[in-house]
Amino acid sequence: MANKLNLTLKVWRQDNAADGGRFETYPARGIDEDMSFLEMLDVVNEELIEDGKEPIAFDSDCREGICGTCSLVINGIPHGGRKGTTACQLHMRNFKDGQTISIEPWRARAFPVIRDLIVDRSAFDRIIQVGGFVSVRTGGTPDANSMPISKEVSDKAMDAAQCIGCGACVAACKNGSAMLFVAAKVSHLNLLPQGKPEKTRRAERMVWKMDEEGFGGCSVTGSCEAVCPKEISLDFIAKLNRDFALSVFK
Amino acid sequence: MSLNSNIPSGPLAQKWDQHKFDLKLVNPANKRKFEVIVVGSGLAGASSAATLAELGYRVKCFCYQDSPRRAHSIAAQGGINAAKNYQNDGDSVYRLFYDTIKGGDFRSREANVYRLAQVSVNIIDQCVAQGVPFAREYGGLLDNRSFGGAQVSRTFYARGQTGQQLLLGAYSALSRQIGLGTVQMYPRTEMLDLVIVDGHAKGIITRDLTNGKIERHAADAVILATGGYGNVFFLSTNAVGCNVTASYRAHKRGAFFANPCYTQIHPTCIPVSGDHQSKLTLMSESLRNDGRVWVPKKKEDCRKRAADIAEADRDYYLERKYPSFGNLAPRDISSRAAKEVCDEGRGVGPSGLGVYLDFGDAIKRLGENKIRERYGNLFDMYECITGENAYRQPMRIFPAVHYTMGGLWVDYHLMSNLPGLFVLGEANFSDHGANRLGASALMQGLADGYFVIPYTIANYFATSKQKCPSTDHPSFKQAEENVTGIASRLLGIKGKRTVRSFHRELGKLVWEKCGMARSKESLEAALKRIPELREEFWQNVNVPGSGQSLNQSLEYAGRVADFMEFAELLCTDALNRDESCGGHFRVEHQTEDGEALRHDDKFAHVSAWEFKGVGNKPELHKEELVYENVHMSTRSYK
Ligand SMILES: Cc1cc2nc3c(=O)[nH]c(=O)nc-3n(C[C@H](O)[C@H](O)[C@H](O)COP(=O)(O)OP(=O)(O)OC[C@H]3O[C@@H](n4cnc5c(N)ncnc54)[C@H](O)[C@@H]3O)c2cc1C
Ligand code: FES
Repeated sequence: MANKLNLTLKVWRQDNAADGGRFETYPARGIDEDMSFLEMLDVVNEELIEDGKEPIAFDSDCREGICGTCSLVINGIPHGGRKGTTACQLHMRNFKDGQTISIEPWRARAFPVIRDLIVDRSAFDRIIQVGGFVSVRTGGTPDANSMPISKEVSDKAMDAAQCIGCGACVAACKNGSAMLFVAAKVSHLNLLPQGKPEKTRRAERMVWKMDEEGFGGCSVTGSCEAVCPKEISLDFIAKLNRDFALSVFK
Repeated sequence: MSLNSNIPSGPLAQKWDQHKFDLKLVNPANKRKFEVIVVGSGLAGASSAATLAELGYRVKCFCYQDSPRRAHSIAAQGGINAAKNYQNDGDSVYRLFYDTIKGGDFRSREANVYRLAQVSVNIIDQCVAQGVPFAREYGGLLDNRSFGGAQVSRTFYARGQTGQQLLLGAYSALSRQIGLGTVQMYPRTEMLDLVIVDGHAKGIITRDLTNGKIERHAADAVILATGGYGNVFFLSTNAVGCNVTASYRAHKRGAFFANPCYTQIHPTCIPVSGDHQSKLTLMSESLRNDGRVWVPKKKEDCRKRAADIAEADRDYYLERKYPSFGNLAPRDISSRAAKEVCDEGRGVGPSGLGVYLDFGDAIKRLGENKIRERYGNLFDMYECITGENAYRQPMRIFPAVHYTMGGLWVDYHLMSNLPGLFVLGEANFSDHGANRLGASALMQGLADGYFVIPYTIANYFATSKQKCPSTDHPSFKQAEENVTGIASRLLGIKGKRTVRSFHRELGKLVWEKCGMARSKESLEAALKRIPELREEFWQNVNVPGSGQSLNQSLEYAGRVADFMEFAELLCTDALNRDESCGGHFRVEHQTEDGEALRHDDKFAHVSAWEFKGVGNKPELHKEELVYENVHMSTRSYK
């Protein structure tokens, strides 16, 4: 049988964007170490509902680390600090019996809280809408093999393209900067030949939009890279800075 | 009511091209006058919304997630098929067509499947042009792998994240249109009813999930691309939010539901670890390219460590039973084979419901690095969930509900029996028959959205004279009242049981009685129990909070309420289909060696069900399946 844990949760509760919010404490008893963190919250929520209370609102969907929906700051660290792991993939065997765990939403100016642990990340979508694409229409495209792309370039683009857009990078940054996200998005397309024609325009517009949305500046401390569940490298920020510089000199 | 599939005449290979020419067009200046609602932003929804907007239509797109990029398509791992024949291994449009028809156990429409195989090649071109970073060979050309049910390598992939990359491609095209103002995007918005005006689908009622606001949206046509209903089983590989609500509420408004009993159980998922489990995780079928499936020959060995079981005492049962396809036998066959060995008491792991997927030989042959390169993220995921290292010991896997071939009935134009209502992607029933081959869902979603709907919807606009109604029309008022009525009823019950406890009980029931093996007795038992459970749900569910704010319990309750009715339809269809085919295995109909036994004389048809009121028997409409090009043989993967 799997081990059972008894834990204390300190959870951020906030009724809506206007509410000031507060921490509340709940026990989590008899937690199976094979549960994921979110399954542990499901169990706690079931108990809250049975006690006539409102359950803790938190976001999740795929629960396998790929959709980027889950967004919890666990003990002060976005996604809880296990390397390359989202909150939904974090299992309770990473915690100790008797432990107190704090759970908060992403905190950043550009991500206002909607309720409890749920924030509004639509700013990310708006950044993509100004340049995170190759301007092609459906149909009329050349045969896929007519343009060979070296494996190194394609692998590198894939490293950047793996970003799941969860926003942990922003939540970890003391300035609330979205540089790692934007760098990953810009690099994925700018590295590939298909993305080259719009390379500088893309970098320029996405960085401009990022500033407009209220994300802070980047001071390259690397706290974003440390929490990124897809381990997106800081090197992409350097690449973005180069592409962006080109737009300034053009 | 007779079902007309509107399959064009002429030779199979020319049907689509000729039909595209025959279809009516809408002139470019007029496209602006038409408004289209697209519900769903997965591969099917995003690709159609983007393409229709590019063409000049005004589009509104809806999804329940906080961003269109998070639709469930994001989770697809293994790959996407296309008949490119880049490997020169004998692939062709015809072969992909044939494999799909055969894989579907001769229960899909020839013309639709042929068109799918034809446009598959355009999909890869389109995705590469968007910047999808498919895996490449050192020479810079695209790489392929093989998938279950095929003897050629035609699957394109992006590491273990193919769905993610394809969806990000479609999302980028969609985002470009949102930026240009041609698509209005409504994230965190759930469609809760379909509005019919004069017999045509002309709008939807939605709830803004952040503040509970109910809204009316009118349009010239409605597209549902809302995904599959696998979560009726509670545990599945689907995202926890996946639901049948949009399709089912359209069904209640008159859209026929086709073949709901065709559900796919995927052979390679991580076994259940306990009652707390909220979803199951798939380990991509691509793993079967290099992993070997086995269980101990002797029951006594099941408790031993895998490493302590001698080679001679291992039963590589897929290789033994299906020598030519081996570990790559199709999903339905592999899943049943796993169930069989576990039923014999030879399953492994704490629950005894598991089989080994062993990479030991592959690591010896190719080296750990090669395996890491191919499947690294899957091995990491496995370790994350189970705490076990699959480079050192075999994975444990077990079948789980994964995909639903059934869905709303559509004709060749992907239009339902309700004019103006189109259904794309996993939400329709059209292409996979009784069993879907791996890497074909992504293909179908994108085929429908990029390459089929743009033509067929134009024909509807050009030929139907129904105008977009005002949202003041009485049908909107009536639908809105229906939606608010359901919410207040749910909130007013204030019973003792949580929504989840009902969902779990329903799912367990459907899994046990209508899962991998189904019988008359099990289905009748389910059909007796489901209405009782539904009754209890409406008496005793506890939905806290209010309708005027973000309320996840209320969202969930609405979805489970629909599953409670839909489960009955699913079991009714399974009982009615008194044969075995593909993923639908009726124990009464099997060959001597336990394979599915079809009854083509009685069941070579699509079962399309018409809603007749909750708890009433739905009315069956049949669409006969006519095979002009392929011979309905018995599937053999031996
Ligand atoms: C784990 C996993 C791995 C897979 N791997 C593969 C693979 O390797 N190859 C392959 O070909 N297939 C694979 N599949 C299957 C494939 O991913 C899906 O069938 C396909 O992506 C479905 O796409 P879709 O666009 O039809 O629906 P989805 O991507 O499910 O999108 C549904 C959309 O509808 C929206 N929606 C639903 N209901 C409502 C509502 N009521 N109101 C508003 N919006 C709503 C959702 O928000 C979402 O945007 C896999 C599936 C799973 C579960
Ligand atoms: S829920 Fe999808 S990444 Fe966590």
